[in-house]
Amino acid sequence: MTRIEFMQGNAASAEGALAAGCRFFGGYPITPSTEVAELMARKMPKLGGVFVQMEDEIASIAAVIGAAWTGKKAMTATSGPGFSLMLENIGFAIMTETPLVIVNVQRGGPSTGQPTMSAQGDMLQCRFGSHGDMAILALAPDSVQEMYDLTVKAFNLAERFRCPAFLMADEIIGHMRERIDVPDRVEVVDRKPFVPGRLPFEADDDRVPGFPTFGQGHHTHVTGLTHDARGYPVTTDPAMHDALVRRLVGKVEDARREIADYRVTNPDAEVVFICYGAPARTVRQLVADRPDDGIGVLRLRLVWPFPEHALAEFPNARAFVVPEQNLGQIAREVERHVRVPVIPVSKLGGELHTPDELARVYEEVRAR
Amino acid sequence: MTFTDWLRADRLPHIWCSGCSNGTILNCTLAAVEAEGWDRDRTVFVSGIGCSSRAPGYVATDSLHTTHGRALAFATGVKLAEPSLNVVVFTGDGDLAAIGGNHFIHACRRNVDMTVVCMNNLIYGMTGGQGSPTTPLGALSTTTPYGASEPAFDLVALAVAAGANHVARWTAYHVKELEKAVKTGLETPGLSFIEVRAGCPTNYGRKNRIREVTDMADHFRTRSMLKTKYDRLVAEGKPVPADAIVVGEFVRRANPAMGVAP
Amino acid sequence: MRRELRLSGFGGQGIMLAAVVLGRAAVMYDHTYAVQTQVYGPEARGGASMAAVVIDDNPILYPKVTDPDLLVIMSQEGFEKYGANARPDALMLLDRGLVHSRPDCAYIEVPATDDARSVLKKVIVANIVMLGALVAATGVVSREAIERAVLDQVPKGTEDLNLRALRQGYVRGEEARR
Repeated sequence: MTRIEFMQGNAASAEGALAAGCRFFGGYPITPSTEVAELMARKMPKLGGVFVQMEDEIASIAAVIGAAWTGKKAMTATSGPGFSLMLENIGFAIMTETPLVIVNVQRGGPSTGQPTMSAQGDMLQCRFGSHGDMAILALAPDSVQEMYDLTVKAFNLAERFRCPAFLMADEIIGHMRERIDVPDRVEVVDRKPFVPGRLPFEADDDRVPGFPTFGQGHHTHVTGLTHDARGYPVTTDPAMHDALVRRLVGKVEDARREIADYRVTNPDAEVVFICYGAPARTVRQLVADRPDDGIGVLRLRLVWPFPEHALAEFPNARAFVVPEQNLGQIAREVERHVRVPVIPVSKLGGELHTPDELARVYEEVRAR
Repeated sequence: MTFTDWLRADRLPHIWCSGCSNGTILNCTLAAVEAEGWDRDRTVFVSGIGCSSRAPGYVATDSLHTTHGRALAFATGVKLAEPSLNVVVFTGDGDLAAIGGNHFIHACRRNVDMTVVCMNNLIYGMTGGQGSPTTPLGALSTTTPYGASEPAFDLVALAVAAGANHVARWTAYHVKELEKAVKTGLETPGLSFIEVRAGCPTNYGRKNRIREVTDMADHFRTRSMLKTKYDRLVAEGKPVPADAIVVGEFVRRANPAMGVAP
Repeated sequence: MRRELRLSGFGGQGIMLAAVVLGRAAVMYDHTYAVQTQVYGPEARGGASMAAVVIDDNPILYPKVTDPDLLVIMSQEGFEKYGANARPDALMLLDRGLVHSRPDCAYIEVPATDDARSVLKKVIVANIVMLGALVAATGVVSREAIERAVLDQVPKGTEDLNLRALRQGYVRGEEARR
């Protein structure tokens, strides 16, 4: 059963988080993500959860990590500058295998940029922004419905992999209101429990260790330093560091096929659009407006790890067209995997690509 | 049980230099925790980065060794998410007062129910002896080769002004008083801040003519002045030595606090 | 059928609320589809505020309004910024007392602010008068839907005032249709 609502994207993300079991929110006001925090402030206390407005975004994610170690499902929401501030502690969460969700409602950057205007300029930052080698999970919603659904999914992925999961939204989807079917209940994944007798960072075959929740007598030491399976710092053993980083990256990256989440339209197409987030709405409009053209679409819901195998679903592709609200961040990733031309359609400034704009690009590419 | 039961035997020896005060401060803290009867399973030690911040790694409880300056923000998350846990934070002057200054004042303002022990050695020890926000005017360090030219922070005054419910200062020489202060901190709902002047013979003492461990102990003993005496001198308009370390309890109050176990 | 609406006025008139109410009416009570968007930021507070609504019987793909066929304009600055270039076959409802220019497209002069002030004694409900006129003149959503959506969105204790405002708007909308 579902319930129809007319809801804002940011509100839908907060509702999805609560449905997924989120019971701790630490955040700091920043446009265009603030509505997530505002809704959490209203609802969290009524559900027995905790909302805390921290002194900055660094503190916000720090508090979220601390809360996660008490066993809570925890999240924060931010945008541009706030996301930049969080990067160091995102690395800490990766290194300590702390499950958490970060909603980034992207706005125009660099710097303060365009606080109220949409962008997708943080797609590589979320993937590579903290220092060192790493892997993360990132989802990109293209509707208010997906703000809800993919927030739930972000929690489930974060819990399963014990890794930060990002909802890489944009101002357009975050701020718009539209119809959403709110489900009665959602599928919820909980983190794997710790098995006493094992070492706190001793991984199973899936390379994910059970979670030794604080306060249960496991006496776990959690450190951002390179550590052994006991959690103890071992900072000058090359093999130890190599094995740890490869495990942290591999547990996510090697699951890319299994967890891939994308939508394919017209797999026989010669011209294929690859899209995610708000520009996907324009692509879908273009396809609907020109049903006889058989335009190919690969719409990514999970952007990282990148589903490179999905590109093979278009065996006749002569070109991939990638409309993004950035200068070609995912187009660059696509280029790594294909031998046909990859054409970024970059739109900066905050406005969404129009169907006419993409139609022109489509005709030009088709004529090549 | 004694306080040694709180140590992770398999983590020793520790990384601290000989003559370092951090071990003394750790022992005093654990003695207080033990005397308080806290449950090892329900106690979490949190720290940031620096020499001080290695301390939780030696404690046989859940421990969270976080990023530089952010310990109090992490600890706030732990305590607000699960108020039934006891939370102790170890930090240092660089960690707390420089990179973590904002979190320090806001943790005091929120008055989160935890005990914060700051090992203030007046220097960045881990990185080899650079000046910190508590390095006294004129003191030498690798980044103040001609003497520190910036005024230093008074951490205790900061904590009092920012709203902590319990604030004290002692030195690593005052082990009994320190243990008692920490115990008071554990018992006080709200944030308890205990500054402990710590000796760093390797990086601070060596450059500032307090090289020997015994010299450092003498330094603490002779420079320390009880707050009651200090207050009296001030009231009488009498001079107070510029290098006096005012020790004692600066505030104990029952202002509204957060994260207090129900 | 896809209908694209643009609403503009000055900060404080409740332009955003009007747009949300309209979208809500379509989705929740007419059981169609709607997307509401708006211009955020400090410009929207002091200067011309703008919100947009797409209403369609089918799921809405492209969510933005690019060339609206319905416009609701409640300030002169809003007219200049968002109304002056309305396409020739569009229909504009404008606040008679606040908008001095007239567009090239068809338009309806609604004394929304005047009615709110003199009839309803609360200038703050001018936006609701405007919504009533819009619904009566265009049928973009049903009357039942707009009434329920208004009741959902307005503060407790103001339900009667807002319903009266809506009905005053109906009268103005019906006058225009004649």
